[in-house]
Amino acid sequence: MGLTGLEIFKHLPKTNCKECGFPTCLAFAMALANAKISLDACPYVSDEAKEALSSAAAPPIRLVKVGTGDKVIEMGDETEIFRHDKRFNHPTAVAIRVKDDEDVGAKVDTINNLVFERVGQQYEVEMVALVNASGDAGKFKAAAETVASKTDKNVLLMAEDTAAMEAALGVLAERKPLLYAATKDNFEKMTELAKEKGCALVVKGDNLSDAAELVDKVVALGHKELVIDTGSRETSKVLADMTQIRRQALKKVRSLGYPTIALTTEEDPREELMQAGVYMSKYTGVLVMNNDKKEHLLPLLSWRSNLFTDPQKPAQVEPGMHVIGEATETSPVYCTTNFSLTFYLVEGEVSSTRIPSYIISVDTGGLSVLTSYADNRFIAETITKALKDCDAESKVNHKKIVIPGAVAVLKGKLEEESGWEVIVGPREAAGIGKFAKTNFA
Amino acid sequence: MAVDILKEKYRGQVREVVLGATKDEGGTRSHTIKVGGEKALPFLHFEGEIPNRPVVAMEIWDMVPDEWPESLKEYFKDVYNDPGAWAKKCVDEYGADMVAVRFKSADPDLNDTSADECAATLKKVLEAVSVPLIVYGCGKAEKDNTIMGPIGEAGAGENLLLGVAEQENYKSVASAAMANKHSVIAQSPIDINIAKQLNILIAEMSTPLLDRIVIDPTIAALGYGIEYCYSIMERARFGALQGDKMLAMPMIGNICHEVWSKKEAYLPADEEPGWGDQAERSPAWEAVTAMALLQGGINLLIMRHPEAVKMVKNNIDDLMKDNSY
Repeated sequence: MGLTGLEIFKHLPKTNCKECGFPTCLAFAMALANAKISLDACPYVSDEAKEALSSAAAPPIRLVKVGTGDKVIEMGDETEIFRHDKRFNHPTAVAIRVKDDEDVGAKVDTINNLVFERVGQQYEVEMVALVNASGDAGKFKAAAETVASKTDKNVLLMAEDTAAMEAALGVLAERKPLLYAATKDNFEKMTELAKEKGCALVVKGDNLSDAAELVDKVVALGHKELVIDTGSRETSKVLADMTQIRRQALKKVRSLGYPTIALTTEEDPREELMQAGVYMSKYTGVLVMNNDKKEHLLPLLSWRSNLFTDPQKPAQVEPGMHVIGEATETSPVYCTTNFSLTFYLVEGEVSSTRIPSYIISVDTGGLSVLTSYADNRFIAETITKALKDCDAESKVNHKKIVIPGAVAVLKGKLEEESGWEVIVGPREAAGIGKFAKTNFA
Repeated sequence: MAVDILKEKYRGQVREVVLGATKDEGGTRSHTIKVGGEKALPFLHFEGEIPNRPVVAMEIWDMVPDEWPESLKEYFKDVYNDPGAWAKKCVDEYGADMVAVRFKSADPDLNDTSADECAATLKKVLEAVSVPLIVYGCGKAEKDNTIMGPIGEAGAGENLLLGVAEQENYKSVASAAMANKHSVIAQSPIDINIAKQLNILIAEMSTPLLDRIVIDPTIAALGYGIEYCYSIMERARFGALQGDKMLAMPMIGNICHEVWSKKEAYLPADEEPGWGDQAERSPAWEAVTAMALLQGGINLLIMRHPEAVKMVKNNIDDLMKDNSY
């Protein structure tokens, strides 16, 4: 269904003005054909051309935005089934449910507090899902006021009663919340509200086909900022629906070309965590859950951070000095690259020696030992620089550094360059245990 | 619009491997366990048959696991001096589908336990439980090469799943499997080409072994490079469905071996207050690692924490429900 680059090129101004960021109109056309950029990037395209191109050149899954300013959450605009083909663009947004008939303030405080520090990264929950559990518009509005005053997180407003939705929007519309949900019974009024306030809207069906039909009806009313809920709630069924939506959208089935939302149903927090993990793994754009336990959200958000990394870029750890155990000024100093897999292997082996140590990860741009050696990123100069950058001399009372056996050849040059004595370690991380026993025990 | 359901048409399927042997088959197990055999991507029942559910094995050691955190050891404190009783507890109380025996004490740097002693321990475990068993050496190849033969003999006919054959060192395990009708774990270092190559090497030793190989593509813990393993598994699974028979073996992951050396699993809450309660966090770390790999296509998981096992088995129950349209 998509147009080729050449077909798109015919509609462009052909001035090669470069304002789109591409060197030529043809290059821009090629990028459009691959859905890598939007037509809006061309300042001079005519309205007729826009009309002709917009539907064909639009990304297969619409990019939908929730929130404003630097809090905007983008969802959709995905192009892949498998992450190894190309990066998944937008990490699943996690929303924690708050019911309007419970202590809204206390619950929002808990959600605000769901911020984690791990491996030099910060993870957090980005949405509050405010549920109209009371069925009362006044209560929903009051709860929305509490949310507005307590947090600057994005909001998912969950009410099928349009009067309640309107009341809460009276408080929160400026935040551009995501509205849940348009159903077959309320979609006309709900769509009108969403359009009027410029908010994205969840379309909720009774099943996959039903959801697609309702999407068409809402689009016919002139609103395209949509998110799909197929209404399925069984883990295995949701997995099937999410997979269908992703596959069909990528084949340009327009009625399914939107991001998705998944709602957990398991009551036991542990079971809910597992269910949430499945939905996150398989394509949901927004995940709505009850669980607000730190010990459960830490693994879930860590998985998100792993899953949405770019498979074409090697994962890296922070360059610098890493402390293993209660290291002191007499502890051994190892060095390796900052490619995460290499580093974690070395870290694991060093920590299982039970000898407190330091590991200096040298910034090799995430390349492994031999590759970065070949690329001049893991050599005497860079290791010396790393020693200086982390001020290793002030941390230990010796000047001895262990280098990977695979780059034993660096010994002479590194000793000269750094003034440190170089001990050649084992070729493989697996040999560190024995090595440490011989040298440091 | 009404939606036409898209079903991928695959040429291939994952090989089905049978583990364990009953009396009729020359062993003493009460039942066998089948892994693999699927004709669809993980849990997509709507497009192809998934005949066998993923299997959860629990790991036991032949020595007291001093390095395990207290919160985990607590579950086994009454049995970890006795591998038979330990195995039995895993099966009877914690619902393990299989037991994985790790001959940790054979490590020359630990007890340097002899091959005969290992063989005797295996016999005890075989008597104590009737589920099929997985066997791992101490992890040091030189020593493992000397114990796998006698262990394989001690379990002759039981169709144990023997670990691990690696590209540089596969012959002793493969021979032990050939000689006494066992199956083999073929481990490759997060590299799909080596995984294939190793299967070919093993098949050159014995063609019938092809149907008794389980691939360990090498897994990592959540937060420590798991995404590489996840993608390798997805690629291997997709490859198998597209007809690559040398990649079509079921996959195993030693989840616990990776998870329990990680801070998130063992650090008490007072050292990382921001990470929440450790008693709950550590099984969750193991369970979420397993959850992710299940979505990647793993067939056999080796785990330690009873609560994590429960979480994963419940998750598998939910995922095995038919989702045909």
